Amino acid sequence: MRALWKQFRKDHAALAGLVVIIVAVTAAAAAPWLAPFDPNQQFFDGLTIEGSPLAPSARFWFGTDTLGRDQFSRVIHGAGTSLLIGILANGAAVMIGTLLGVTAGYVKGVVGAAIMRFTDLMMAFPALLLGIALASLLKPSLFIVALVIALVNWVQIARVIYAQTLALSEREFIEAARALGAGPWRVLLHHLVPHLVPTVLVYGTLGIATTVLYEATLSFLGVGVQPPTPSWGKMIFESQSYYLTAPWLVFIPGAAILIVALAFNLVGDGLRDALDPTQRGRR
Amino acid sequence: MLGYLARRIAAAAFILVGVTVITFSLSYLMPADPVAMIAGRNSTAETRQLIRQQLGLDRPLVIQYTSYVARLAQGDFGRSYARKTDVGDLIWSRLPATLLLMLGAIVAELLIGIPAGIYAATRRGKKADKAVMTLSFVGVSAPQFVVGLSLLYVFAYMLGWLPLGGYGTFAHLVLPALTLGIAGGGWYSRMMRSSMVDVLRQDYVRTARAKGVPEWRVVLKHALRNAILPIVAMIGLDVGIFMSGTVVVESVFGWPGIGQLMWQAIQGIDIPIIMGVTTVAAAFIIVGNLLADLVAPLVDPRIRLR
Repeated sequence: MRALWKQFRKDHAALAGLVVIIVAVTAAAAAPWLAPFDPNQQFFDGLTIEGSPLAPSARFWFGTDTLGRDQFSRVIHGAGTSLLIGILANGAAVMIGTLLGVTAGYVKGVVGAAIMRFTDLMMAFPALLLGIALASLLKPSLFIVALVIALVNWVQIARVIYAQTLALSEREFIEAARALGAGPWRVLLHHLVPHLVPTVLVYGTLGIATTVLYEATLSFLGVGVQPPTPSWGKMIFESQSYYLTAPWLVFIPGAAILIVALAFNLVGDGLRDALDPTQRGRR
Repeated sequence: MLGYLARRIAAAAFILVGVTVITFSLSYLMPADPVAMIAGRNSTAETRQLIRQQLGLDRPLVIQYTSYVARLAQGDFGRSYARKTDVGDLIWSRLPATLLLMLGAIVAELLIGIPAGIYAATRRGKKADKAVMTLSFVGVSAPQFVVGLSLLYVFAYMLGWLPLGGYGTFAHLVLPALTLGIAGGGWYSRMMRSSMVDVLRQDYVRTARAKGVPEWRVVLKHALRNAILPIVAMIGLDVGIFMSGTVVVESVFGWPGIGQLMWQAIQGIDIPIIMGVTTVAAAFIIVGNLLADLVAPLVDPRIRLR
């Protein structure tokens, strides 16, 4: 663990990403205290006389949206939605993918083949189209959106874990454990699965970048979480037609999505380098 | 090679059948009643029953599925509920626009990824390498709709160099293609870098250097040929990412392709269009994956065919 941190610390980009994640999680958790206003309060003076949103000012730091709500408060509250869905969805995707990948790679035979053919089938689906269809089919609450994202995002992880499990199960130390009389469950849980932990950790981090972007895209297309839950993608969806006259309504939440996704990508990449000794000295 | 080809094609056909099963089940699970949508709010029970019979929705599920597949095999995608037109015609008329957009995106991602990857590889471990690699993650982490709206804001609105969306000329293609290809550009720059780093370490490159070949010539002539092959072999796999991306990009830019069609259909719960577009998109993805599988061993003879 200490060696891991020592390796990770050398990667400045990954460290910066970690700081961003800590800030974002803190902002999301402390949103009710940090945000200057209620995210759903419509201010009478929050719009111009003509009814257009206000540009950023000393009172409304990020300006106001088309309904005269404080955008700064909405961005802070949106962090929770984005992170919660991103982390839940990716956690579920990694769990499904690992379970199916390990099963297919360890059990092999008909079960393994069936699982991998199903994975091939899921690969052929355009993930977003399937997600949109599922999301418009179910009533999208926060958990449903997370579930939909998980259902179309486990495939990649399953394939990677499958390949690793297959390779590991042929290795001598697994054979040695078997020869010493360890049962199949013991071999699996004590000897094989520990070697998958680094991969699961890396995908557990990198994948959040994907799921955060996915949530934003579903919300942008109008099939994500429903109002009044603030979501960054939804904020852009609602003010899309104003982006030429009130660009802050699009670019501030857009930057928030980009920064959070980038942070998880950088940390995941840093973790991968720190966890993979063969990569050391090659950079 | 022939046996391998036959097995791959058989697997692809099997997957295509699986796709029709899933799209069919999804359409069946849709909560909205298509009959009510066609008949309108003030229709009588008799009218609804008649429409239900015309659509074949009163028959058993298995019969509905088999007749759906039989019609599909003849290229018949059914009729749109809302537009009352042939779904096949709708998709075919919009497919060229989407394919053009995807072609543009491939050019864009290669034009971004390959030079950036070569540059980073030749400056390995230096600040420029780190900067390019971090920047590649920015490209990967940017939501497509934000990229699209930002490009429109800067190049179309502020600078006025390119049109604010629409379809028709090369100028209309530039921004949507760039938007769709920017994430791929990020990935390709990382792959190109690692591929180039590996090649530059090989003996024949050292020989070339020892002969006194100038470094730019070593990189661009001797190394590039080998380093670029694994990258080219992966282009087929992009189809899946693009097919998802077209929904967002086409809706941002008003590009008249199947992504926009899909989007309009989802808002109106026009099931035949949703099923049709998903099936056609999946077919393209399957062909793309098949191409990648077939190109990989041609590019790298060390890959064993199974």
